[in-house]
Amino acid sequence: MKSMLTSAVLAAVLAGATTAASAGGITLAHPWSRATPAGAPVGAGYVTLENSGSTADRLVSATTDAADHAEIHEMAMNNGVMQMRPVKEIEIPAGKRVELRPGGYHVMFMGLKHQLKVGDAVKGSLTFEKAGTLPVEFKVEAMGAGADRASGQGAH
Amino acid sequence: MKTLRIALWTTAAAAAVVLVAALLYVTVGSKAGSIGGPFRLRSATGELVDSVSLKGKPYAIFFGFTHCPEICPTTMMDMAALMARLGDEAKGLRIFFVSVDPDRDTPAVLRDYLAAFEPHVVGLTGTPDEIAQVAKEFRVYYRKVRLTGDDYTMDHSAFVYLMGSDGNFFDVLGYQEAPDRALAKLKRLIETDRKGSAL
Ligand SMILES: [Cu+2]
Repeated sequence: MKSMLTSAVLAAVLAGATTAASAGGITLAHPWSRATPAGAPVGAGYVTLENSGSTADRLVSATTDAADHAEIHEMAMNNGVMQMRPVKEIEIPAGKRVELRPGGYHVMFMGLKHQLKVGDAVKGSLTFEKAGTLPVEFKVEAMGAGADRASGQGAH
Repeated sequence: MKTLRIALWTTAAAAAVVLVAALLYVTVGSKAGSIGGPFRLRSATGELVDSVSLKGKPYAIFFGFTHCPEICPTTMMDMAALMARLGDEAKGLRIFFVSVDPDRDTPAVLRDYLAAFEPHVVGLTGTPDEIAQVAKEFRVYYRKVRLTGDDYTMDHSAFVYLMGSDGNFFDVLGYQEAPDRALAKLKRLIETDRKGSAL
C-alpha cells in the first residue's frame, strides 16, 4: 500500500514535471485543481513546491486569471470541524518539497469568474520571496480528485 | 487526524475541540436521541421542508456552504456516489444540504450549486435564526471567520448525520469515511424504514 502510494505520488510528480516551471531553485510540479459545482464562487489550486536551492524560500502571494483574486490558505480538519485560514507565507526549506494539497495548503481562487471543468487550465502566477514570480497553469481534474481515502472511488 | 500548524488558530480550535468533544461524547454514547430536533426550512426550489413531514422516512443531513472549496463538494460527491451504488435501495432516502451561510447562499445559489449532485441532494436554507436553531439541534458547530476585506469563510462541522425513519438520530458519517463502511451504514439506515424503527 505504502509503495503504491509512493509510486502514485512519484507518477504525479513526474507527470507534473513535464509542465514544471522553475526559477531560482524553485520548481512547481504538478499544478492541478478540481472541477467545481455550477456557480461555486471559489476553487482551489494545488501544486508541489520544490526547493533545490541552498537557502529557504517562501511563497508569498498568488494570482489567477480565473477569479477575482487568489489567496494562500491552509485548511485543516480539527475533530470533525473544517477550518480554513489565510497564511502569510509558506516556507520551502532548502532541498525540501512542500505540497499544496487537499486537506492542507492551497491557493484559493476567490470569486471564480466561471465554473472550473475537467481539462481546463487555470492560469496564474506564484510569487516567491527569492525566486520571484513564476507562471503556473493549474490543470483541472475531477471533483474529488486526489483525495486521501482508505479505499474506493477517490483514487486516480 | 491532522494537527494544526498555526498558532493563530488555537483559540478557535480550543473552542471547537470542546464543542466537538461534547458532540463525540453524545455520538459515541448511547444517548444518541439528543441529536436532531424539530426544524422548518425552505428548500432551494422553494418548498417548505420540516421535520414533521420528514417523519417516517430516513434521511441524511449535512451542514455546509457554497463558498467551501473542498469539504462540501467532496462530501456531496461522496453521497451522490453512495446513492448511485445503492440504486433502487436508495429510493425514499433523502439527503439534505443545509447552508450555514444563509446570507450568501440564497435558494437560487444553492439550487445551481447542488445541480451537480442531482437528483440525490436537496438544498435547505432559512433565516439566520432558523439556521442557528437547526444547527443547535444537530450540535453542529459553525462560525464566520473573516478573510481579507469583506470576504469570510465558515468553520463548520463536517459530519453527515443519519436520521432514522422514526426521526431519531441513527448514526454519523465522518468526512471521507471509507466508502464501504459508509455504504453499510446507509443500508442499515434504510433498514430502519422497513422495520419502522431505528433500533
Ligand atoms: Cu481556502
